[in-house]
Amino acid sequence: MASNEYVVRTKDLSKEFMLGGVPLRALDNVQLDIRRGEYVSIMGPSGSGKSTLFNMIGGLDKPTHGTVFINDVDMAQLDAQELAYLRCRTIGYIFQTFNLIPVMTALENVTLPTVFAGVPTDEGIERGIELLNIVGLGERLHHKPSELSGGQQQRVAIARSLANNPAIILADEPTGNLDLKTGKEIITLLKKLNQEQGVTIISATHDLKMLDVSDRVVWIRDGRIERIEERADLDIKVGEMEGVES
Amino acid sequence: MQEQQHRIERQVHLPLSKAFEIALRNIRIRFGRSMITASGILLGIAFLATVITQIAAQDALNIEVTQELRMRNIWLVTLALLMSTIGITNSMLMAVTERFKEIGTMKCLGALDRFVVTMFILEGMLMGVIASVLGAVLGAGVQLLAIGFGQGWSVLGKLDWGLLSARLGMCIVLGGALTFLATIAPAYRAAKMPPAAALRVEI
Repeated sequence: MASNEYVVRTKDLSKEFMLGGVPLRALDNVQLDIRRGEYVSIMGPSGSGKSTLFNMIGGLDKPTHGTVFINDVDMAQLDAQELAYLRCRTIGYIFQTFNLIPVMTALENVTLPTVFAGVPTDEGIERGIELLNIVGLGERLHHKPSELSGGQQQRVAIARSLANNPAIILADEPTGNLDLKTGKEIITLLKKLNQEQGVTIISATHDLKMLDVSDRVVWIRDGRIERIEERADLDIKVGEMEGVES
Repeated sequence: MQEQQHRIERQVHLPLSKAFEIALRNIRIRFGRSMITASGILLGIAFLATVITQIAAQDALNIEVTQELRMRNIWLVTLALLMSTIGITNSMLMAVTERFKEIGTMKCLGALDRFVVTMFILEGMLMGVIASVLGAVLGAGVQLLAIGFGQGWSVLGKLDWGLLSARLGMCIVLGGALTFLATIAPAYRAAKMPPAAALRVEI
């Protein structure tokens, strides 16, 4: 599935936060290359820096040192409007808390990115309906987020993240607020989109269910990459885990 | 060299109608609180309108008013308007703070800072202008009734209606301007936040 073209590259990526006057290094010289079409999970305990990495890759926060390249473009060089363009069309975001706009219906939430991209209304709505059908919510177009279950809300968020055909979907703990079964469904859906639409998926998570579908798993601890496991290593591990369960 | 191949374009779309739609819905969905916010400015402008109407009546009847009384009225009106402005600033600060996450999300979806500012200013202005219009009508209406009952309805015929309307119009403009001033700082603050910071906020 994955090509040899890199869609995300980070170089010497570091981020420091000031915590009570003391600098805290949330990310420490992270080098990570992600190929187009890959499904990558960034795993690590809470506080390990995975959400910080997520924010850096997504252009949601600026690194203290180092660079992030998206499609070979150095994000630090972009001005606010270029960054907005990138966030709008190149990256789709999924959050742990879904982050749907509460005053809007499912369909309006999904079409919002197309509005920002300047897509004509009819076309945007058509796209929104198509995407909601793909995530299995074709019957819930006009429901508000408060009228949907957690799993359904996350499906809307996934549809929204795909609105402008992004190259990358960034998911921050997408299953963190969902029960086991719903979480599994969401992971299956993400994998399906990864395979069928070829979208690169980068997910920060500590949900071990993600191991099953990942092409690579990046383990993060204390702001550093501890190890990177490839699909082949993972198959053995998942096998072992299943062995233990049965 | 590769950067030449992959230029990123600039985001330019500022969907005004969408900003207006969202602003309107946000007012509707928090109708109770929007009303409280709006009533602050409404009462301030209503007070100003009563004073203006009273002055119009005094002019019509050639009543001499002492400088002291006039100054006191100006002072009271200024205070009232100041309080209204502080009230609406506080409400807008709250409206912005509780929606940090929403703002962060919108920026992730490609919203420009200007869109966020526009959205909140529209929201503030919608409340401010409607409240000002109602305030001007209410204040002038109450005062006109008081004059009619107190000094006789014939006084109303002697009023300089053109001047009074123009002044009441100015009240509405003033109400709008004060709301604008009260909204701009919170809106700007929200829009300038890095999305990551806005998304982190827990309330």
